[in-house]
Amino acid sequence: MSNAIEVQELTRKFGSFTAVNAITFTVGSGEVFGFLGANGAGKTTAIRMLTGLLAPTSGEAQVAGFDVFTQAEEVKRKIGYMSQRFSLYGDLTVRENIALYGGIYGLDDGEIRERSEAMLGHLGLRDSGDDLVASLPLGWKQKLAFSVALVHQPAVVFLDEPTGGVDPVTRRQFWEMIYAAAADGTTVFVTTHYMDEAEYCDRVSIMVDGRIGAMGTPAELKAEFKVGTLDELFVRLARPAGNATVAGGGG
Amino acid sequence: MGSPSTAPSSVDSPLIVDGLGKRFGDVQALDDVSIEVQPAELFGLVGPDGGGKTTLFRILTTLLIPDSGSATVLGLDVVRDMWEIRARVGYMPGQFSLYPDLSVEENLGFFASVFGTSIEEGRSIIAPIYEQIEPFRDRRAGALSGGMKQKLALSCALVHRPDILFLDEPTTGVDAVSRREFWDLLHSLKESGLTIVVSTPYMDEADRCDRVALMQHGRILATDRPAAIGALFPHPLFGVRGHDRVALIRTLREAPHSASVFPFGGELHYSDTRTDMDPSQIASEVRQLLHAKGMEDAEVRSIEPGIEDTFMSLMGTASSTVPA
Repeated sequence: MSNAIEVQELTRKFGSFTAVNAITFTVGSGEVFGFLGANGAGKTTAIRMLTGLLAPTSGEAQVAGFDVFTQAEEVKRKIGYMSQRFSLYGDLTVRENIALYGGIYGLDDGEIRERSEAMLGHLGLRDSGDDLVASLPLGWKQKLAFSVALVHQPAVVFLDEPTGGVDPVTRRQFWEMIYAAAADGTTVFVTTHYMDEAEYCDRVSIMVDGRIGAMGTPAELKAEFKVGTLDELFVRLARPAGNATVAGGGG
Repeated sequence: MGSPSTAPSSVDSPLIVDGLGKRFGDVQALDDVSIEVQPAELFGLVGPDGGGKTTLFRILTTLLIPDSGSATVLGLDVVRDMWEIRARVGYMPGQFSLYPDLSVEENLGFFASVFGTSIEEGRSIIAPIYEQIEPFRDRRAGALSGGMKQKLALSCALVHRPDILFLDEPTTGVDAVSRREFWDLLHSLKESGLTIVVSTPYMDEADRCDRVALMQHGRILATDRPAAIGALFPHPLFGVRGHDRVALIRTLREAPHSASVFPFGGELHYSDTRTDMDPSQIASEVRQLLHAKGMEDAEVRSIEPGIEDTFMSLMGTASSTVPA
């Protein structure tokens, strides 16, 4: 079985500032991989490179079998992306959002119709298909955004803080959706500030100052660093990074 | 007005909210909300987005007029005395609301001047926070990291020496380490005698408050000390571990006395409907059930419910949209 993501010595500099410093890791197909780190540790920069939005300064990365440096457009076709903030258009209806993203990813009208109905049925949103997305409760918006990110059946889906501000029950339902997607073979690459969610990942990495400070299964990491929870490990690794870090890219 | 408020009202309470209601179109943003906050208390409003936390803050800082009920801040009415209240409260809104094109120092100077004071006059109260960002005083606010923006916003909310501080989700989107440091700052402000009302969607932060109100769909589900909130959980609770999590969840949900099953970090929380049975006996029965179903490594232990357990249980009884 091939890896969904292969990263070798990937580096990105902004002027004299090295946001991502020679990181190396792989993520297997169907794996749920937690990508953790303090604000300013380089997570956003790394994700922008892996999604083909930002060229690396040096190093190599392949996502879904394509080189992010030379085949960025092919990479974009094989991945899905969902962020906490503006994944969907609030002033379009649920159906219009699905059609828009389906169209962007090259689905034909028949596929869009079929997958829209399947998605609405699966989410229990059939009666809300013609409602504006802005009128949906946040938990529904986030579940819909996740389903839309999967509408073109990507090999890898990137989730950037997908559960921020969501109630605790919906947060857990969201993770059940993540498990279901992974069981279907989709590779899930997820960031979160909820350390209990990090425990739900098959493996996690923790970025510290542009490097990977720790990587492994939650059980391995807790044993290796002799801590009871990933929260303790996160605090221990991130604290020496100090608080004088400056946003390198997006902020 | 006319709401059955059982809390003893004290004229000294810096914040008294009595039966507040606010509706936006079809959405009941606040529904009969009542709270009372004591001097130098660190009071938390805990709940997910859409719970009504921001609407409540906007009414208490006189930016919005309630449909029903009443509220006093520092003994002043939030509708009638709005100008007096504005001069005496500090407010840090949820959205970053500083001027990105102004420098750190210019932002702080601007907010000081709006309140008729200066950075120097406010220095003693903001010093512990402002000193951390002062080395970057000439940097544009828009170019600061998340943690530094947050400290600048807090400095701007404090520079006029308010008597009560309202912080709307100051730690949302902030990493776990910066969140801890921010709560340490709030504790030192509280020690200096400031009353602080702070909202958060992170249940684990509730433990850092003196008292919390759990909010969902515009209503208060419960108000109490964090340690007392867990006692509101209605069933015996157990932590369950084992490598086959999917099988554990399915088996526990189908168990004969199952009340709820939720993943919690590395383990599952299982609650059992048999409230009058010895928890250790329930634990051993559940362990036997799991072992009999082939999950030989399953461990079951009796645990104390936390705030998130209670919140989910109260959500379940307060709303019909949540599956059991």
